[in-house]
Amino acid sequence: MRAVRLSVVTAAATAAALAAVTGCTEKSDAAGGDGVIAVTATDTKCEVSKKEFPAGHVEIDVENKGSKVTEVYLLFPDDRIVTERENIGPGTSQKVTAEVKAGAYRIACKPGMKGKGIRQDVTATGGGKVAKRDPRLDKAVADYRAYAQQQADETLPKAKVFAEAVKAGDIEAAKKAYADSRIGWERTEPVAESFGDIDPKVDLREDGLEEGQSLEKDWTGWHRLERSLWQDKKLTDRDSELADQLITDLTDWQKRAGRAEITPTSMGNGAKELLDEVATGKVTGEEERYSHTDLVDFKANVEGAEKSYELLKPVASENDAALAKELDTQFAALNTLLDKYRTDKNSYEFTSYDKVGKAERKELSDAVNALAEPLSKLAAAVVK
Amino acid sequence: MTDTTNSTDSTKAADETEATGDMQESNSRTPSRRSLIGWGGAGLALGAAAAGGAVAMARTGDDAEPTAAESGAAVAFHGVHQSGIATPVQDRLHFAAFEVKTEDRAEFVQLLKDWTAAARRMAAGHTVGEGAYGGLAEAPPDDTGEALGLKPSRLTLTIGFGPSLFGKFDLADRRPEALVDLPKFAGDNLDKNRSGGDLCVQACADDPQVAVHAIRNLARIGFGKVVIRWSQLGFGKTSSTTPEEQTPRNLMGFKDGTRNIAGTETDRLKKFVWVGAEGPSWMAGGSYLVARRIRMNVETWDRTSLQEQEDIFGRDKGEGAPVGKAKERDEPFLKAMKPDAHVRLAHPDSNNGATLLRRGYSFTDGTDGLGRLDAGLFFLAYQRDVRKGFIPVQRSLAIDPLNEYIQHVGSAIFAIPPGVRDKDDWWGRALFSEEA
Repeated sequence: MRAVRLSVVTAAATAAALAAVTGCTEKSDAAGGDGVIAVTATDTKCEVSKKEFPAGHVEIDVENKGSKVTEVYLLFPDDRIVTERENIGPGTSQKVTAEVKAGAYRIACKPGMKGKGIRQDVTATGGGKVAKRDPRLDKAVADYRAYAQQQADETLPKAKVFAEAVKAGDIEAAKKAYADSRIGWERTEPVAESFGDIDPKVDLREDGLEEGQSLEKDWTGWHRLERSLWQDKKLTDRDSELADQLITDLTDWQKRAGRAEITPTSMGNGAKELLDEVATGKVTGEEERYSHTDLVDFKANVEGAEKSYELLKPVASENDAALAKELDTQFAALNTLLDKYRTDKNSYEFTSYDKVGKAERKELSDAVNALAEPLSKLAAAVVK
Repeated sequence: MTDTTNSTDSTKAADETEATGDMQESNSRTPSRRSLIGWGGAGLALGAAAAGGAVAMARTGDDAEPTAAESGAAVAFHGVHQSGIATPVQDRLHFAAFEVKTEDRAEFVQLLKDWTAAARRMAAGHTVGEGAYGGLAEAPPDDTGEALGLKPSRLTLTIGFGPSLFGKFDLADRRPEALVDLPKFAGDNLDKNRSGGDLCVQACADDPQVAVHAIRNLARIGFGKVVIRWSQLGFGKTSSTTPEEQTPRNLMGFKDGTRNIAGTETDRLKKFVWVGAEGPSWMAGGSYLVARRIRMNVETWDRTSLQEQEDIFGRDKGEGAPVGKAKERDEPFLKAMKPDAHVRLAHPDSNNGATLLRRGYSFTDGTDGLGRLDAGLFFLAYQRDVRKGFIPVQRSLAIDPLNEYIQHVGSAIFAIPPGVRDKDDWWGRALFSEEA
C-alpha cells in the first residue's frame, strides 16, 4: 500500500496518447456508415463484415447466432480493452461504440465468456501516422495483462476463504488464510494501484488514516482485519461487514484488471515500484505490523517484479545485455536470501518478521538495494 | 554540479572539460576562501550560497577566467598523495564506511575505476555520468542532482582500505604490517555497527550538500557491489592544516589542533604522515587513517568550572595559550601543566615524538532520547605508522581526566593508498595490479 502512486498512472497516460478515447457513448450518428462493423458470433466463429474501417467513431453491431452467451471485445494489439460488451445471449444483438485512432486492433468474441476468445485482426485507417510498435513488446504487455488478470482471478477464491473464516468468527482459520489471500494482490500491486480507488479500500494501513478518521468507520480492507485478528484478538459484526466489503472491492479489481493501462514502460516502472514497496514497507516491517507476515508480501512483490522483467527481457537484453545479466544475478541473489526464511521452497510459510533480527534486516535491505538500483534502469532499456 | 542558471551549450562544453591537475594545483595553494571572503564562524552554508552569487562561477564557459582566488573552489584530484589529507581542511564532512559484497575481483576493480571516474568529476564540480537531467525521460538520471549550481566547494574524496578487505580477493599477503587491528583501549565502548569497514570514503567540502551528494552518488554506483556499513556527518572542523587561519574549536569550546601538521610542512609530512620506503610498495605515498567516534557528555562538561576545564586541557579557553604562556602558538611548557593535562599527555614529547595529522570534525546527531545532545568529535588522524602514532598516544590518554566527559563509541582503521596520478590511474591500482 502507498498513499500516493504516480508513475504507473503517468506512464499510462503517456501511453494512452497513442491509443484511443474509449467509451460506450451510445451515439447513433455513425449508423450505416463506413464506421459500422457487423460481427456475427457463433460458438466457433467470430466473423467481421470488414477488416478495415476509418478511424474515428466506430460502431460494432454484434449478433450472437450461437448457442452460448458471448462477449465481444475491441482490443489494442497488447490486449488492452478499447471497449467491450458482455452477456450477449444466444439469438440477441447488441451495439457497442468507441472513438478510435488509426492503428491495429483486434475484435474478439468469447463464446461462453471464457478464454482468450476467437480473434480477428482489424485496422483503423487514416488519421495520420500510426506509431510503430514492436510486436515483442506487444506480446510482453499482453502476457503481463494475462498475468495480472490471472492473479486477480486466483486471489478471489483465496480471499473468500479468508472472508468466510472471519465471518464464521474462526480467528485461527482466518489468520491462516490471511497472508495467502494477499499474494496475487502483492504480485501485481502497481496495476491495482493504477485504478486509484481500489487500493485505499483494500490495502490501507493504520498509518494511512488522518486526523479525524475513525479506526472503526473509515478503515477497511485487509489490514483492518489483520488488526482485529492479531491485535484486538476478537471478531465483531463490523469485521463480518469488512470481510464482505473486501470481497466486493476485490471483485471490482478482478473485473477491471483487463482495462488497466499497461505499457512496456509501466511494466518496467511497475517492477521497480514493487521493489520500492519492499524497501519502504516490508523491510521495515511496517506493512504487516500485527501479523508479521511481511516476508510473504516481500516474496510476492519480488515475484511480480521478476515476471515483468522476464517478459521484457527479450528486448531489454538486446538493448542492454549487461543490465540483463546484472538483473539475473541480483534476482537470483535476493531469491536465495529469501529462501533462508522458509523451509520449503514451494511454500509461502515464511519466518515471522518479528523474529528477523536487525542484522538480517540490513542484509535483506542491502539485497533489495542491489536489485532495485539496476531495476530502475529497466524501463529505459526497453524503450531505447 | 553544473551551473543551473545557465545551461547553455557553452556551459555543457565546459562541463565536459576535465579540469587539469595543474590548474587545480595552483588553486589548492591559494589561501582559503574562508579568509578571503571573510565568512564568519556562523552560517557557513548560507555564506557559501551568498558567496556563490558574488563570485563568478568557474564554469560559465566564457573566456573571462576567474582568478585563482575566486575559483579557489576546486582541489586537485590528481597527485602523488590523495587530497583530503594535507590539503586545507574544509568545513564539512560526510564519512562513509562500506562493506564489500561482491566476491568477483574484476567487478570490484571495475567499481574502483567507476568510483575514481565519478570522484574525479565531482571534485572538479561536475555531475557524475551523463548528468542530472536532459537524458532519457524513462531512465533515472545518473547524477542525483542536489549539487547542481553549487560550487566545487573544495570537495576532496579520499579512499581507504580496512583490514577486513585483505581477507577478500586473495589480498592477505598484500596487507601492510602497519595496518594493525587496533587494541582495546581503556574506556572504549565501541558499537560494532559504528566501527570497522572494508572501505572508507572521506568526503570533505565547504558546503555540506556537496559532501553528502558525493557519498550518496558513490553509494549509488556501488549498489550490488558494496553497501554502506555506517556513515558520519561532521559540521565543524576541529583541526586545520592551515595555521595562518584561526584555529577552530571543538564542542568543548577549546581550540583544537594548534600544533597540527600544516599542509606546507613537507618535512614533517614526510616524517609522520606519508608512507615511505618501508613498504609495502603499493602504499608508498599513502598513509594510515584512524577514525574514532568520540561522544562528548557536553551537558556535564558545561557544568564544569572554567578552572577545571582549563586544567584538564592545559590551555586557557579564550586565547588557547598553553599554561603559563601568553599566546596560543607559544611553545607549551609541559612541566607547568598538571601531570595529566590533555595537551601534556598527547604531546609528542610525552610519546617519543609521536605526531598525528588530525582532521576531525564535530558532530551532533540529534539527541539521545534522554534529553542530551548526541554530540562529540569525529576524530580523524592520518599517520605513517599507527603503531608509532595513534596507539601510543591513545594509551597515554588512559589517565586523561577528559575521559570523564568523553567516550569512544566507534572505531576504524584504514590504509590510505597513494594518490591517483592522472586520468588513466584509479584508486587502488597499485594494490590490485602490481606484484608484492
